[in-house]
Amino acid sequence: MDQERIRNFSIIAHIDHGKSTLADRILELTDTVSGRDMREQLLDSMELERERGITIKAQAVRVSWRGYELNLIDTPGHVDFTYEVSRSLQACEGALLLVDAGQGIEAQTLANAYLALENDLEIVPAVNKIDLPQADPERAAAEVAELVGEAPDRVLRISAKTGEGVAAALDAIVERIPAPTGKAEAPARALVFDSSYDQYRGVVAFVRVVDGAFRTREPLRAMAAGTRFEAEEVGFFSPTMRPAEVLETGEVGYVITGLKDVSRLRVGDTLTSERASATEPLPGYKDVKPMVFSGLFPTDSDAYPELRDALERLKLNDAALFYEPETSQALGFGFRCGFLGLLHMEIVRERLEREFDLDLLVTAPTVAYRVQTPTGSVVEVHNPADMPPEHVEIEEPYIRASVIVPKEYVGAVMELCNERRGRFDHLEYLSEERVLLVYELPLGEIVLDLYDQLKSRTRGYASFDYDVAGFRPGDLVRVDVLVGGEPVDALSLIVHRDSAYARGKALVERLREEIPRQYFDVAIQAAIGSRVIARETVKAKRKDVLAKCYGGDVTRKRKLLERQKAGKRRMKQVGAVEVPQEAFLAVLNLGEGRR
Amino acid sequence: MTADVRHLYVHLPFCAHRCGYCDFVTVVGHGDSHHTYIDALVRELELERHVLREPLETLFLGGGTPTFTAADELARLLARLPAAEEVTVEANPETVTPELAATLRTAGVTRVSVGAQSFQPGLLETLERRATPDAIRGAVYGLRDASFDNISLDLIYGIPGQGASDLDADMAEAIALEPDHISWYELEAKPGTRFTHRHGDELAAQAEAMEGYFERVVEGLSAAGYRWYETANFCRAAPLAGGRDLRARHNLAYWLGRDYLGLGIGAVSTVGAQRWRNRPNLGRYLAALAGGHRPPREVEDVAAEVRVRERLMLGLRLDEPVELRDVDGVVDARALRRLERFGLVERRNGSVTLTHRGRFVGGAVTADLLA
Repeated sequence: MDQERIRNFSIIAHIDHGKSTLADRILELTDTVSGRDMREQLLDSMELERERGITIKAQAVRVSWRGYELNLIDTPGHVDFTYEVSRSLQACEGALLLVDAGQGIEAQTLANAYLALENDLEIVPAVNKIDLPQADPERAAAEVAELVGEAPDRVLRISAKTGEGVAAALDAIVERIPAPTGKAEAPARALVFDSSYDQYRGVVAFVRVVDGAFRTREPLRAMAAGTRFEAEEVGFFSPTMRPAEVLETGEVGYVITGLKDVSRLRVGDTLTSERASATEPLPGYKDVKPMVFSGLFPTDSDAYPELRDALERLKLNDAALFYEPETSQALGFGFRCGFLGLLHMEIVRERLEREFDLDLLVTAPTVAYRVQTPTGSVVEVHNPADMPPEHVEIEEPYIRASVIVPKEYVGAVMELCNERRGRFDHLEYLSEERVLLVYELPLGEIVLDLYDQLKSRTRGYASFDYDVAGFRPGDLVRVDVLVGGEPVDALSLIVHRDSAYARGKALVERLREEIPRQYFDVAIQAAIGSRVIARETVKAKRKDVLAKCYGGDVTRKRKLLERQKAGKRRMKQVGAVEVPQEAFLAVLNLGEGRR
Repeated sequence: MTADVRHLYVHLPFCAHRCGYCDFVTVVGHGDSHHTYIDALVRELELERHVLREPLETLFLGGGTPTFTAADELARLLARLPAAEEVTVEANPETVTPELAATLRTAGVTRVSVGAQSFQPGLLETLERRATPDAIRGAVYGLRDASFDNISLDLIYGIPGQGASDLDADMAEAIALEPDHISWYELEAKPGTRFTHRHGDELAAQAEAMEGYFERVVEGLSAAGYRWYETANFCRAAPLAGGRDLRARHNLAYWLGRDYLGLGIGAVSTVGAQRWRNRPNLGRYLAALAGGHRPPREVEDVAAEVRVRERLMLGLRLDEPVELRDVDGVVDARALRRLERFGLVERRNGSVTLTHRGRFVGGAVTADLLA
């Protein structure tokens, strides 16, 4: 296809603002699938692909519109995957910025819109859901126009649901978004903007051909990773997998690599031909580093090998997932895992539990700290328990957070951000009603509970996004928890010195509620080093008997005791104290205690 | 099945009204059903009698309020039941008239368990009991007059509004009546019941104070010469009992894991590897037996291993050691060592028993010990 007739674009939208409905409508309108059978056909083809053993989700779909080839590239919607989003956007020349006519701009939209602008994309703004009675297209259009620096009348009005204005949107994509400008004669280069792992076909890379062309059976190389492989097949999705002879300059498609591990072909890498290699990779490749860490332990310690196997399997499909064995005195053998963010952590945990049927205990998330030791070396600490006792300085990661709220919540948000050591950057009125607040905050505060707090203090109106803003020194201390005099490594946390006392107190109070009464008094202490900063006691139980037990009660009482025993089995032994698994999560939910 | 069962339970569900805290299978009203119910019991007995080895060791008539059953029907039932060395009938104080006492005595009843629950009028009201403190005393005197020499009192602690002084008063009143046996249970407020709904908050508020009530009961009764022979049961110790063993033999059979046959609605039987519970519906019970069929039942397999687990769980309620060889394979050895270290369990000559302190937390200790 002549590059002049190719348009590569993404749809940028907040969750629920109608991205997938619009994508469906586009597939329909371009006869990629017929409207009536669309759902059915898609499902059927997925079924078929499953039978062929291919389970790859299309990350880019090719459609035809009035003689043009349009490639719609999907972007992950969440802050944790900013890097992936930026790579997807780099594969495009433009983006359709879709905003709900009733909701207006959300922080996520904003973050991705800025990413698009940074990538020099042509933005086609559109207001969606104009069919809804509560829609306020004019207000939303004004917000969007202001954001992208366009005249409000250039903002498209559409209803993805009814199809109104969708054809005009496709025309606008053709008219306003520039064609790719790669060099067809230059050595082949393609950007890997996403990759998936399929158990039969190995790693499938989604690529944007920038220069030259890629053909099936061609020997290729990933320039950053140095991985060599043969393109087993190239092709595109429309909407199902279509093998093709060649992917030409400016086109978007897939390459089946046969590689057995996604970490060998990372998002952002550049593919080139082994026969006529490019000398320079495409710009922007980053080795994404996990920012949030937590310990994953099987609740049943016998399940350790299964957890290890499951992590290995997940890692095949998730290059950003990091893990290494961790041993906790309290929780036994498990893994310290690194994630891009809290959502990523949640996704991994859910997949482990659902797809691999594991019962997990996840310790409180922590961030990566950089610790300068007296010997001058700098170590990165992913686990509070590993914090060296002697240190010159601790640096913690900061983020730049964008919060969008109705104006009446500005005070509440500022108060929260100030409590959490936030540094005010600026405030902007997006419209008369809605305000954008930008703060710099320690990531450690975010992983604790800031997001939940934000939601609750703004009655769910706040939308929130962030990007990482580097490491900065902080006056941080490690707070240890002792149960019955025994330190519980899994409960240690690193906090700012000013909040250590409050945090320690809240933690021991919470633990007192979570730890059931034992045969003896149990002291629960929070300490910094050897200095105890808070203490509670779980009083010994004086009575624990089944009131009566006669012939008619035996079965029921036996089951009661057996359940009690099973409950005790799930508990972790800290010295002589039985601590329920839930107690280890207490540290996660301290927010309530602090409110 | 060999005829080896020596213990028979008969359930008489009829009550004048249902007390708020009660969770037994009871029937209020149906005054005209007493006759047919007794017929049905007798028929059920005939269907199952082959498992019994007569004369029996114990026979227990529980309820409900067995003594609320029309007196002539009760006498007719007793006459048709197999003879036993110990024959116990449960009675509510207000039902115990001199005539009834005499009827029971004549019918061969050897032991009467009187449902007192408390001697404090306010607390009796809370429990929705109909008897007054005087009626309780009257019932005990009446039974003594009818020459019953084995009388048990049922009492409850942890009643909403019950203070420590109320408990002490109940103990003093109970001891003054010189019962041969006392069962003293903690009130079980089942979630979702009318009683819990009404008194739940009060119970929660006094939970901490009630922590010590169990100890108080045990200490008070021990000081008065009672033997704490089972978690919730006391009997006059040998010096006061003229050498008689006043433990409830029937209940002892449960705690020692013996087989038993139960008749009547809601009654449970355990014979060998089978346990069955008659369904609690009165109409269906009567209908099935009128037709000569077994009543509807839930049947449960209790494999040998389960019986052994129960042997441990029930045996540890007693003040006598459980032989480890009798509970082989169901004891968690690590937990046993741990509990020994805590001074809650003692191991001696191949047997295991709870220490004095261990008995107060016997439920948790038993749960720990079960492998």
